[in-house]
Amino acid sequence: MNRRLRWRKFVSAFMLSMTGVCAVVAVSVLFLILGYLVVHGGASVSWSFFTNLPAPVGEAGGGMANAIVGSAKLLMLAMLMGVPVGFLGAIYLAEFSGTTTAFIVRYAADLLNGVPSIVIGIFAYSLAVLPFKHFSTFAGGFALGLMMIPITLRSTEEFLRSVPVSLREGAMALGASKWKTIATVIVPSAYRGILTTILLAFARVAGETAPLLFTALGNRFWSPGWSQPTASLPVAIYNYAISPYEDWHRQAWAAGLVLLGLILVINIVARGVLARGISVSRS
Amino acid sequence: MKRIVGIALVAFGLAGLLAAGSLSITGAGATFPYPMYSKWFDEYHKKNPAVEINYQSIGSGGGIKQVTEGTVDFGATDGPMNDDQLKAFQDKHSCAVLHFPTVLGAVVPTYNIPGVTASLNFTPEALAGIYLGKVTKWNDPLIAGANKGISLPADDIIVVHRAESSGTTYVWTDFLSKVSEEWKTQVGKATAVKWPVGLGGQGNEGVTGTIKNTPDSIGYVELIYAESNKIPYGNVKNAAGVFVKASLGGVTAAAAGAAKAMPDDFRVSITNAPGKDAYPISSFTWLLVPSRISDAAKRDALKGFLSWMLADGQNYAEALSYARLPKEVVAMEKKALDKIQ
Amino acid sequence: MATTTTSVRGAGPLAGSRAFLARLRDGDEIARMATFLFAASVVLITVLLVYQLWQGSALPRHRFGLSFFRTSVWDPVFDQFGALPFIYGTLVTSAMALLIAVPLGVGAAIFLAELAPLRLSDTLEFFIDLLAAVPSVIYGLLGIFIVVPLMRRVIQPQLKQFLGFLPLFQGPAFGLGFLTAGVVLAIMIIPYIISVSREILLSVPRDQREAALALGATRWESTWKVVVPFARGGILGSVFLALARALGETMAVTMVIGNTPVISASLLSPGDSIASVIASQFKEATGELYTQSLIELGLVLFLLTFILNGLARIMIAVTSKRGTGLGHA
Repeated sequence: MNRRLRWRKFVSAFMLSMTGVCAVVAVSVLFLILGYLVVHGGASVSWSFFTNLPAPVGEAGGGMANAIVGSAKLLMLAMLMGVPVGFLGAIYLAEFSGTTTAFIVRYAADLLNGVPSIVIGIFAYSLAVLPFKHFSTFAGGFALGLMMIPITLRSTEEFLRSVPVSLREGAMALGASKWKTIATVIVPSAYRGILTTILLAFARVAGETAPLLFTALGNRFWSPGWSQPTASLPVAIYNYAISPYEDWHRQAWAAGLVLLGLILVINIVARGVLARGISVSRS
Repeated sequence: MKRIVGIALVAFGLAGLLAAGSLSITGAGATFPYPMYSKWFDEYHKKNPAVEINYQSIGSGGGIKQVTEGTVDFGATDGPMNDDQLKAFQDKHSCAVLHFPTVLGAVVPTYNIPGVTASLNFTPEALAGIYLGKVTKWNDPLIAGANKGISLPADDIIVVHRAESSGTTYVWTDFLSKVSEEWKTQVGKATAVKWPVGLGGQGNEGVTGTIKNTPDSIGYVELIYAESNKIPYGNVKNAAGVFVKASLGGVTAAAAGAAKAMPDDFRVSITNAPGKDAYPISSFTWLLVPSRISDAAKRDALKGFLSWMLADGQNYAEALSYARLPKEVVAMEKKALDKIQ
Repeated sequence: MATTTTSVRGAGPLAGSRAFLARLRDGDEIARMATFLFAASVVLITVLLVYQLWQGSALPRHRFGLSFFRTSVWDPVFDQFGALPFIYGTLVTSAMALLIAVPLGVGAAIFLAELAPLRLSDTLEFFIDLLAAVPSVIYGLLGIFIVVPLMRRVIQPQLKQFLGFLPLFQGPAFGLGFLTAGVVLAIMIIPYIISVSREILLSVPRDQREAALALGATRWESTWKVVVPFARGGILGSVFLALARALGETMAVTMVIGNTPVISASLLSPGDSIASVIASQFKEATGELYTQSLIELGLVLFLLTFILNGLARIMIAVTSKRGTGLGHA
């Protein structure tokens, strides 16, 4: 083996191990984040955190009960507004549309997907806050719903398209009309993928803060109904983190742990659902 | 699957009905009085469980804007609305917006200098110089001259100001404009100015947090923020030439003159007030209430709160280092309550 | 609800509507129209959004025109608004994020695609995907409490000590600022670079690699000199995607950048970015010009991400086509 070859082999081994280092660094960041949250937030996650309302400034013992419920309401609204649009739009794209319409709709969805969340916030403010003259859970849900639409649309379309042609043809051969085929054959067989999509879209918007700043605003109390401002976990984390109060910092950590825990669990479940039985081949 | 959807829809519907009984009022604005307001609204809710006043501390500029837009029921600011802003409100709502002073507070120069725990003396020239970027080191003669006996490091001063539109900024720049001609022409007084130097913090909270974490920094915050976070704050030389440390007495003394000559709309500046006890960077802070509220329940609830605030509410002020309103002002405000239709 | 009247040639109008009604009864036409409505609403919303951004920024566009992008004065008192500090901040932090994330990300992608056995690669990719799901505000939380103090106490003083002669590392060590924001952004965009690059690298036809190895290249040489250049377009696309993400990041940036509209050569200086200033000043911008200037900033951000996303898509599509089109001998 001559010198040059030895050198090349050394470079090869070195560079390849460097790439391994890169991969390890990237993955370990996730565990670092989780670690910090568990260490700092774990101690503060208590019963009072989940059940108490925020206390006045400077007083201890406050909790984030209203933020948790607020987030739940916002996400429910977001799903109610975003999922049907994305789902039914995807059915149109996969089953009914021509290529030009499909291109336009997909392009618009991709555009919407790429819009920074703060700009969605501006849009939702001018559409759902100003005309009604108040900040509201509805406006917040609207903003989050907007963000769910493109994810749901594109992904559902993929899964609908992946249903084997044979299933469609079989249904048609048996005399089913198009909509019946869709409702009873195609959608049910793609339901795993669609469920995954909804879960992932949910997890994606669960952590969004910027669109809520101008729409749901915030609330120190419970938010009755849908037309009042409401507290939410991400906004609460933001407000408490930039404050100077130690007690609020601890609550921010706890809230961060709860929020991230929720998002990670949903992601893992969603991927588990997907892995367990979709007939899409991984190329 | 269908069952899950069904349960979800039922829960959804219930959530909508939840607590539909209580009246919810939303206000937004100044961070300056936020500790006071959060205490007040909490106490008032305990006494009147049917009324929830949700106050969001987003800065005085936010309070002015959102009450003008009509997206909140009332605003809060420590920088009174100027004539243009009043006119904008009038044009938009066909009624006026009323200023109601709530408490008096002090804006203090707070700092974090390693090794210095004493209260430094600041002359107005020093403060203006620091914020203009002319005085750059802690041991500058303008600062050291007033603090003989305290050894100041030769470190760079890290200036912190408010990032967003703030009434606290208004009070601070109002004071600087009165004591420094250069500041007045170069920067001016407003809720948001073009700062010659410095780092931005969000809200009184953000500035306090930044000061706590950044050595060699100086910033301006409302008194309670410095006190409850145990960061040192300085004495400021007032118009009579005396170095005064911010205190309830100093703030009340500053307001004494204004109390006797209070204009009808309550918009008044008490910075750099005369008198040897007066703390020069004091200010009223106001609630902004539309003079016409069409929702009768909300109107009565707000008026009820304001009456309570002028009476029992004042008792909570001193514990949080805010000064009570002078009794002349309270009397005027009680009469002004009738203007809310 | 629009009704389409089809005129069937040769038959009267009655026959046409009868055919239509027959289709309706099948339910297919209703299904088609209903789902079309939803699909169309997506387009409508997007158009409306762009329109709102355009209309909502009319005042400063007419008043300042192009000088909006050249001026660095942001003065709400005297009604002077210039976007330069925010554009600068956005670009600097994103550039720094790319500088850190691209080598790390592409390196990791190479490892995952070329070296790691499939099971390991899939497991690691799973974790990377989870990292991509972490919300911005959590990064901000960690940024404020972990990264900023680390920067202020350890890293920035070291940088000043050893590299302080460069204008890049001068000025006081705040902890907050461009450098910190860049580092936090880098962590946030790495997952996107890794997952897309990995897909692209995996799609490079095997014969490319094998041909190189057959010619005597080492593993690294075959990867770096053959596979990666082949996938170059797609990797560039992933970089554009990551960049588009970085540009629009709001919460994590606004919590660590220092919120000061300043243009400074020093990375240690505090600054501001477009997304960050909108988040902190929108709720309180009094006066039409102020509000609309912020909306114009939003429009700028939207256009930037739009262009980048478009370019990214093109590059990725082109590279994938190359991969699948070529070489199955």
